[in-house]
Amino acid sequence: MSINIDARGLACPQPVIAAKKALDSVSDGQVIVIVDNLVAKENVQKLALANKCEVNIDQQGEHYYISIAKGNASDVPAPLNKEKLTETVYLFTKNTLGQGKDELGAVLIKAFMYTLIERKPYPKTIMFINSAVLLTVSDSPVIEHLMQLEKAGVEILSCGTCLDYYQLKDKLSVGSVTNMYTILDELSAASKAITL
Amino acid sequence: MLCQLPKQTNPNLLVGFETSDDAGVYKLNDSTALIQTLDFFTPIVDDPYMFGQIAAANSLSDVYAMGGKPLTAMNIVGFPMCSLPGEVLLAILKGGQDKVAEAGAIIVGGHTVDDKEPKYGLSVTGVVHPNKILTNSGAKPGDMLIITKAIGTGVLATAAKADMFGNGVAAAIKSMAALNQVAAEICSKYNINACTDVTGFGLLGHVYEMAAGSAVKVNINSSAIPLLPEADEAAGMGFVPGGAYTNREYLKKVSFEKCVPEYLRDLCFDPQTSGGLLLSVPKKEADELLRELRQAGIEEAEVIGEITATGKGEIYVY
Repeated sequence: MSINIDARGLACPQPVIAAKKALDSVSDGQVIVIVDNLVAKENVQKLALANKCEVNIDQQGEHYYISIAKGNASDVPAPLNKEKLTETVYLFTKNTLGQGKDELGAVLIKAFMYTLIERKPYPKTIMFINSAVLLTVSDSPVIEHLMQLEKAGVEILSCGTCLDYYQLKDKLSVGSVTNMYTILDELSAASKAITL
Repeated sequence: MLCQLPKQTNPNLLVGFETSDDAGVYKLNDSTALIQTLDFFTPIVDDPYMFGQIAAANSLSDVYAMGGKPLTAMNIVGFPMCSLPGEVLLAILKGGQDKVAEAGAIIVGGHTVDDKEPKYGLSVTGVVHPNKILTNSGAKPGDMLIITKAIGTGVLATAAKADMFGNGVAAAIKSMAALNQVAAEICSKYNINACTDVTGFGLLGHVYEMAAGSAVKVNINSSAIPLLPEADEAAGMGFVPGGAYTNREYLKKVSFEKCVPEYLRDLCFDPQTSGGLLLSVPKKEADELLRELRQAGIEEAEVIGEITATGKGEIYVY
């Protein structure tokens, strides 16, 4: 069963209330909520995630169609704005690519990131440790590539200790800060982990 | 907006609006300076008497945040005379007057205009010794940050519109109506390097104003932030007010450790009404101050972070 709710024009928190009522009334099915502002979109999405539902958002102009699948409803279409991700995890350990002259390594890392964007499916996560955190800060030569990957749903993580060491924490411009526990978790949970 | 106007100068103006502080301070003589502040808003709770109390506590708070003592207050009222009964207005004013009296101050007048929706607030005048003014721009590396009220009034006020999380909403109302008077009195015995009250820009917005104004870097321990009951669940369910998103959008300089959950990030930006005092105090005095605050019944008081170094207002939340 599917319920459609048009919550356009409603003030916060009315869209969430309407969506909650609909979600509470179905045990197995789909609820589609249409909203017309970012706050409502974010809040309805939070509600869906809090209910452990699958959620997909289709933006059409200024309107968002939020599909929420509850229970066994599995007929939710694949996300429209996200590239298909695999369970591959990359770990970058320095700000250049390969052994040898740094000048060449700097050229190669740019080429690598560019190629990574061109090649699908994308990895699930890219992590940066030691001098590789120079790649995720504001004056990084590959910052735009990484932002593009993050936009496509790739998780970008930089080692907090390393950012501290290089005194770059306030310059981090893409993704979020992480710690060694998460790095190890990601590496051991990945179906394929690539260290560079 | 005010920065677009020509700069005014006066030797007696001790605190103007340049540093986004809580109130203006004007020196009268060597022992007395005048504190002036004004705030008003639309109802955030249904009960008009409670609304009056909250609006008054919120307006008085700016005087406490400057280290001062309120003396007089004037009402500012917008009210739909045709569509709402006069008793509602009376209840709002009664709430305000009771709260002002609790603060040891007195209402000396005010002004009402006909308006489509009710609005209420006060302009408060207080005094402070010119050498004892607390500003938001004196935090020093090595200071600990203490907050004196729990966070989440914006989220819970949003949940109240859905008639949900009744316990949390009740706690939020109680918290919003509470004066910062006792906390301010206790603070006067300590070397407070910086002080502000947490209001519309949310916890991190006001941490940022303090950090940027003091030219320092701040670490915040997210798990130490005191939260109102059910605020976590309400935020997680999507009762996040638009202002929290605006605050978050504005404050891009915050870096979050990955493990900080989304609901807590939202609460860090949740706009507060009549929030607690945010205090920057030397490390060696922090424990004693915290103990005294709690002993005086301010049980939500917590150390939530520290000033780590000089900087430009960088905030790291872990």
